[in-house]
Amino acid sequence: MRPLIVGAGPAGILAAQTLVNSGIRPVVIDEAPSGGGQIYRQRLVPDERSAKDLYGSEANKATALHRTFAGIRDRIDYHPETLVWNLRDKVADAVTGHRTRRIPFSHLILATGATDRVLPFPGWTLPGVFTLGGSQIALKSQGCAIGEEVVFLGSGPLLYLVAWQYVKAGAKVAAVLDTSPLSAKLHLLRGLFAQPSVVLRGFRYVTELMARGVAVRFGVQPILIDGTARVEGVVWRERGEEHRLTCDAVGYGFSLRSETQLADLAGCRFVFDTRDRAWRPERDGAGRTSMPGVYIAGDGAGIAGADAAELAGERAGLALIEDAGLLVDRARIGVLERKLARIQKFRDVLESAFPFPETWANSIADDVTLCRCEEIAIGDVRAAVRDQGVFELNRLKALTRVGMGRCQGRMCGSAAMEVLAAACGQSPDAAGRLRAQPPIKPIPMGVMAQEETA
Amino acid sequence: MALLRRLARQELPLVSFTLNGEACLGRAGDTVLTAILTQSDRLRLSDFSGGPRAGFCQMGACQDCWVLTTDGERIRACTTALEPGMNLRTVTEPRS
Repeated sequence: MRPLIVGAGPAGILAAQTLVNSGIRPVVIDEAPSGGGQIYRQRLVPDERSAKDLYGSEANKATALHRTFAGIRDRIDYHPETLVWNLRDKVADAVTGHRTRRIPFSHLILATGATDRVLPFPGWTLPGVFTLGGSQIALKSQGCAIGEEVVFLGSGPLLYLVAWQYVKAGAKVAAVLDTSPLSAKLHLLRGLFAQPSVVLRGFRYVTELMARGVAVRFGVQPILIDGTARVEGVVWRERGEEHRLTCDAVGYGFSLRSETQLADLAGCRFVFDTRDRAWRPERDGAGRTSMPGVYIAGDGAGIAGADAAELAGERAGLALIEDAGLLVDRARIGVLERKLARIQKFRDVLESAFPFPETWANSIADDVTLCRCEEIAIGDVRAAVRDQGVFELNRLKALTRVGMGRCQGRMCGSAAMEVLAAACGQSPDAAGRLRAQPPIKPIPMGVMAQEETA
Repeated sequence: MALLRRLARQELPLVSFTLNGEACLGRAGDTVLTAILTQSDRLRLSDFSGGPRAGFCQMGACQDCWVLTTDGERIRACTTALEPGMNLRTVTEPRS
């Protein structure tokens, strides 16, 4: 038995630990130079900052996860800085530097994580505009703020977390502009019963931001990010009035979107998640996909956060062990499934508190860049609908090149789906799903193929 | 001129590299993206409109932060560690 785990974040590490505990030696492949994923990302070299400085309230979890991974290192086959760029029947193609290898596997656990979900606005390609996740990485991994005066914009829990982390680190945060209305935050009162510590921490972030003089605004409709060579300001509408604030950087995002390319290449069936407005691999409560021997855990299986990713990673590991005919701890499975169910309920609360800006798709102007790789405008999508009768994303890609660029739709896919569906007067799921293509990320043309014997 | 502002890691050893032929200094543990954007405000011009770009996701997903080495190799700045003696080139003048 030779299971392959793709991703060494919370889900991948816990899955690996679970297999190791049953005497199984998995292959673990991760793009980063060290384990932890994006949330618990490690620095390239140590510096003067403590775990508490880097990870705040989650410092203990981060440290524990890094320690877990270090503890199983000699009982796994770990390939850092390696990209699985293709999957075929029981074989992964993995590239490290300039060398690609074929890695055969018996089972597959996908723990591929997520990236920010972004929506285009005028000015979103300007230097100084980064995703919320990117802003956080700049700070945690690189010790840098994305600018001298930073505005955070969008929706989702990450908006306040990153703003708070910036203030704590000594950066100047000019404002937090939340696109969801203040009234939506009342939903968090429901969440107080489910996950009191998470909700109270969120309130603490907001009150501390306000106490430090950071303007926190709700119900914001972004108009544009101002500037020609780089960010010079943000303009938005709030209760019918237009506002402008000078700044030199903007961090923004609207919750997260799953990285699902490998699940697609593995042949997994997908379902549309209405709450998250996104397609995700179909899975049972244990992380089994529609493909026998293929499991999925963490944010790559649907957005649920780091705590859920750890639980789901362990659960998927146990499912694999059980399916292989080995003994598993039923009581532990019960605990994991109950905890996961609680977090899922809480996700409903979070989605209500940070709703997707549904008016965006119809209100965004034709001349705004939708696809930043191929520089295709919003209006090109609407024209394809109007003039060519397009109603499906892959057809749209063929005709307009939206989603065909280097990022393969990671940055524009969600927005393209929304604009296409709105232009057709349909719900987002009717736009279909961009299909993944190998290599799932650009790889150097000069890679030397090399077969690895198992 | 710099886009990023260093808040920490300012005592780490210096790492020398060149950017468009000029001698520059970064810090150990920098990515190429950090090393460039703490001196400059762009990484490249976009392929079609020639608009300035300086990365976006910083996690190897958006593919917006490609820069060149002087021997013509294309590297993704956010996921490449800065190494001493790197000769980096950003395409920041419109191609004719």
